[in-house]
Amino acid sequence: MQLVLEKRAERSRTIALISPLIAIGLTLVTMSVLFAVLGKNPITALGVYFIAPLTDSYSLQEIAVKATPLVMIAIGLSLCYLANAWNIGAEGQFLIGAVAGSWIAVKTQGTEAGHWVLPAMLVAGAVAGALYALIPALCRVKFGASEILTSLMLVYVADLILDYLVRGPWRDPAGFNFPTTAEFDPVATVPVLIEGGRLHLGSIIALVVVACAFVLLDRTIKGFEIRVVGVAPRAARFGGFNSNQLVLLTFAVSGALAGLAGIIEVAGPIGHLQPGISPGYGFTAIIVAFLGRLNPVGILIAGLFLALTFIGGEQAQITMKIPLDVTKVFQGILLFYVLACDSLILYRFKLVFASRQVQSGAG
Amino acid sequence: MMKRLLSAAAALVLAGSIAGVAHAADKLKVGFIYLGPIGDLGWTYQHELGRQALVKELGDKIETTYLENVPEGPDSERAIEQLVRAGNKLIFTTSFGYMDPTLKVAKKYPNVHFEHSTGYKRDKNMSTYSGRWYQGRYIQGQIAAKMSKAGVLGYIGSFPIPEVISGINATMLGAQSVNPNIKVKIIWVNTWFDPGKEADAAKALLDQGADIIMQHTDSPAAMQVAAERGKLAFGQDSEMIKFGPKAQLTSILDTWGPYYIARVKAELDGTWKSEDTWGGLDSKMFEMAPYTNMPDDVKKMAEETQAAITAGKLHPFKCPVVGQDGKEVECKGGANLADGQILGMNFYVKGVDDKLPGK
Amino acid sequence: MVLVEAIILSVLAASTPLLLAATGELVTERAGVLNLGVEGMMIVGAACGFGAAWLSGSIIVGALCGIIAGMLLSLIFAFMTLGLAVNQVATGLALTILGIGLSGLIGARFVGERITTAPHLYIPGLSDIPLVGRILFGEDAFVYLSLALIVAVWWFLYRTRAGLVLRACGDNHVSAHALGYPVLRIRMLAVLFGGGCAGLAGAYLPLAYTPFFIPGMTAGRGWIALALVVFASWRPGRLVIGAYLFGAVTILQLHAQGAGVGIPSQFMSALPYLATVIVLVLLSRARTGGSTAPAALGTVFVPDR
Repeated sequence: MQLVLEKRAERSRTIALISPLIAIGLTLVTMSVLFAVLGKNPITALGVYFIAPLTDSYSLQEIAVKATPLVMIAIGLSLCYLANAWNIGAEGQFLIGAVAGSWIAVKTQGTEAGHWVLPAMLVAGAVAGALYALIPALCRVKFGASEILTSLMLVYVADLILDYLVRGPWRDPAGFNFPTTAEFDPVATVPVLIEGGRLHLGSIIALVVVACAFVLLDRTIKGFEIRVVGVAPRAARFGGFNSNQLVLLTFAVSGALAGLAGIIEVAGPIGHLQPGISPGYGFTAIIVAFLGRLNPVGILIAGLFLALTFIGGEQAQITMKIPLDVTKVFQGILLFYVLACDSLILYRFKLVFASRQVQSGAG
Repeated sequence: MMKRLLSAAAALVLAGSIAGVAHAADKLKVGFIYLGPIGDLGWTYQHELGRQALVKELGDKIETTYLENVPEGPDSERAIEQLVRAGNKLIFTTSFGYMDPTLKVAKKYPNVHFEHSTGYKRDKNMSTYSGRWYQGRYIQGQIAAKMSKAGVLGYIGSFPIPEVISGINATMLGAQSVNPNIKVKIIWVNTWFDPGKEADAAKALLDQGADIIMQHTDSPAAMQVAAERGKLAFGQDSEMIKFGPKAQLTSILDTWGPYYIARVKAELDGTWKSEDTWGGLDSKMFEMAPYTNMPDDVKKMAEETQAAITAGKLHPFKCPVVGQDGKEVECKGGANLADGQILGMNFYVKGVDDKLPGK
Repeated sequence: MVLVEAIILSVLAASTPLLLAATGELVTERAGVLNLGVEGMMIVGAACGFGAAWLSGSIIVGALCGIIAGMLLSLIFAFMTLGLAVNQVATGLALTILGIGLSGLIGARFVGERITTAPHLYIPGLSDIPLVGRILFGEDAFVYLSLALIVAVWWFLYRTRAGLVLRACGDNHVSAHALGYPVLRIRMLAVLFGGGCAGLAGAYLPLAYTPFFIPGMTAGRGWIALALVVFASWRPGRLVIGAYLFGAVTILQLHAQGAGVGIPSQFMSALPYLATVIVLVLLSRARTGGSTAPAALGTVFVPDR
């Protein structure tokens, strides 16, 4: 017996819609079993994960806050991936963006600097992220070095640059030498949208980014180019599209978005620069990009959904004493099911009861 | 089907949370935020032991909850607030990086009390607590100087923050009180927690001629390397004798239990107020593990020093303290360095042959 | 001289988990599959390997369980990417998340326990040879096993027909399939081999390096192994050099600090990563026609029927 995939003539629209539901259904079943094994009531547990966070405005805000950087980074990454450029170093670009933007905040601290500070920080973050992302892109275009690995290596370098700065030159002079800059001035802080909450302007920016990406991919020649280069490189060459140029462009855009997300996170929810500003956003965003099927709206939904599991995981720890590791397992399983079910959009699964010889001969 | 299942689940959750509230009405809810996994065998593990001691003592009057593995980034503020929203009235945040998030949440919820470990920002409803671990390091320095045949100590540093630097300085002052020519080699591993790297650092120090390993990182890896090589070492945060029965001289044990019990009792009595607790040997904020693997005279010396420090007769940073450059450090605390100078320590004392990172 | 010997011994030990994991990933990638879940497989290997060794009291049982655990995890990966044609990058990352969670659950009951680490070899006479004795005959058995393994992999890839077929699958799966080779089956075996190696590499840490299990103890070594494969441009010989070079930089950086060389430690810590990028560029540049990666690396293959 063997599982065989058969390519569908075209993407199945029905399955595209129901496959996430199948995946969630399967996850619910699997997790129920796991919870039961752990001696927890499965229904209560699943309720805490999926439903409780949706029942009050506080948790909804927190989901948006958590999803903001994920969505922003994932949008940029999706452009790269569509164009067959494999940027997996968004984490590093995020950190460098945060560092560059913070530089302005630190240098203007306590001065009379006006309201230009925050916009300047955002621009600096985006530009720095883009430049940092261009390093692996140039290495690929000029030297043919694998961008997957160079971009990943540069994550560690960015992390250590940030570390050096906050433990050395940028340390808060009044902070007993602890590794953090001073709290940013109000003009260097991303404003919150609802008094008393944590929802901030960054979430709006993320929505704008989603809208822009949608228009870019759906309505412009450049978007068409990106998709063609990714799906049919040969055809793209005949069409006169310059794939190297697109690698540079998509890397720059995704770096800029990651950098912007970085400085927004630092100037928003955190309020100062410190080590550990990112709990792996750059890597989680890769998953978000794929969960969202590299589609802007899909990414928005996927980002919110993943954020929900983080919030739910914390509530499960608090109310049901479910260890954090269970949440990780839960996320991993969920991702597997979603990815597996998405495969149904392109392929039909068939179980074949034939001997191997016949099959390889038929190939 | 799906819809019915979901609504059923929602109802159950709701029922569950209502039941929870009713049940907890008579019990004080106490929350903890941990940096690492509770099984890290070091920092978080000790806080968890403190929580368990608390439950053992006051379990009938309180209900405790913890969130583990909370990174010191943007997630920590949410984690703290989640504990508040779950009804916790007293919340311990157990790592330096939670300082600003704790302060933010404290300002938002004036009726909830917060306790932040190892920080320096306070508020009406936010206390700080920490240990004067440098006292223990001074004792360790003396023991190390006595036990070292080579006269070279190996020191594994995590990050050059004041707590670690004051630890190195106290160690050296203690060691110099026994052997003025003692030397120390320092390796910064830039992590609190990477057993492999800690082991590598310990090996490097031993290979370079150090014969006593001291560490300010969290895992027992360095202890085990020393044990394997037949050398001596000091534990950190927790009892590590299991990993070096013939190697551990002593260890500074973070014993948070008594403090947690005292603060929760105050909360129960309604006498809780914002305080800055920086407890030393006298207040049992930490303890020294039994002095092992050393001759009786060294043990006696260590016990005497411990007694003197506990009684307040001996201060590790007694003036004059001479800096690396040979100049005397300004003495802001009368006979000793002021607490502020120790809390923000950013210089090496004379005899440390290393350049302070970031300087 | 004693110091040099000691440094070499430390480098050998520090490089071994990297070499083991990278050897597995090299074979996987040579077959055309990019499995980014090495870190996840390693940490599960560490948890299972330690647990088994602690329960059984045998290092060998521990190592075997580490291998099996890594293989089981890679089987999920194989099913997803080969069976269901799911994107390999996303699946690999998901595998890492799952692995970290699983290892925490499995390892929770073993935290705080200790075992006796794998003994260092001692061959009377040979291990006593000055300078080279301890290096060649005095480390734990895993060190030599990892070297034997990479030699075996080299032999397999370049000297056997099966190795040729495996490389063909990685370079052009369509042709390999047209020639009648079972591409997916070969790739699955390659993935399983990679998983077993990663599991063993993870198990090496608690079994031979530090005799206890702590969640997260692999501390990013899986990612470094991935980098090494590229650094080595998918060649076994260069992989050995790369792994030992990386180990050497890590260890020498610690020694430089201990000796009081005043360079910011962050800069020293960043060196290995910067070196990888630079070597990657130089290697790619030295060759005309760009990258030397297996041409079909990371691409989905669904046989036409």
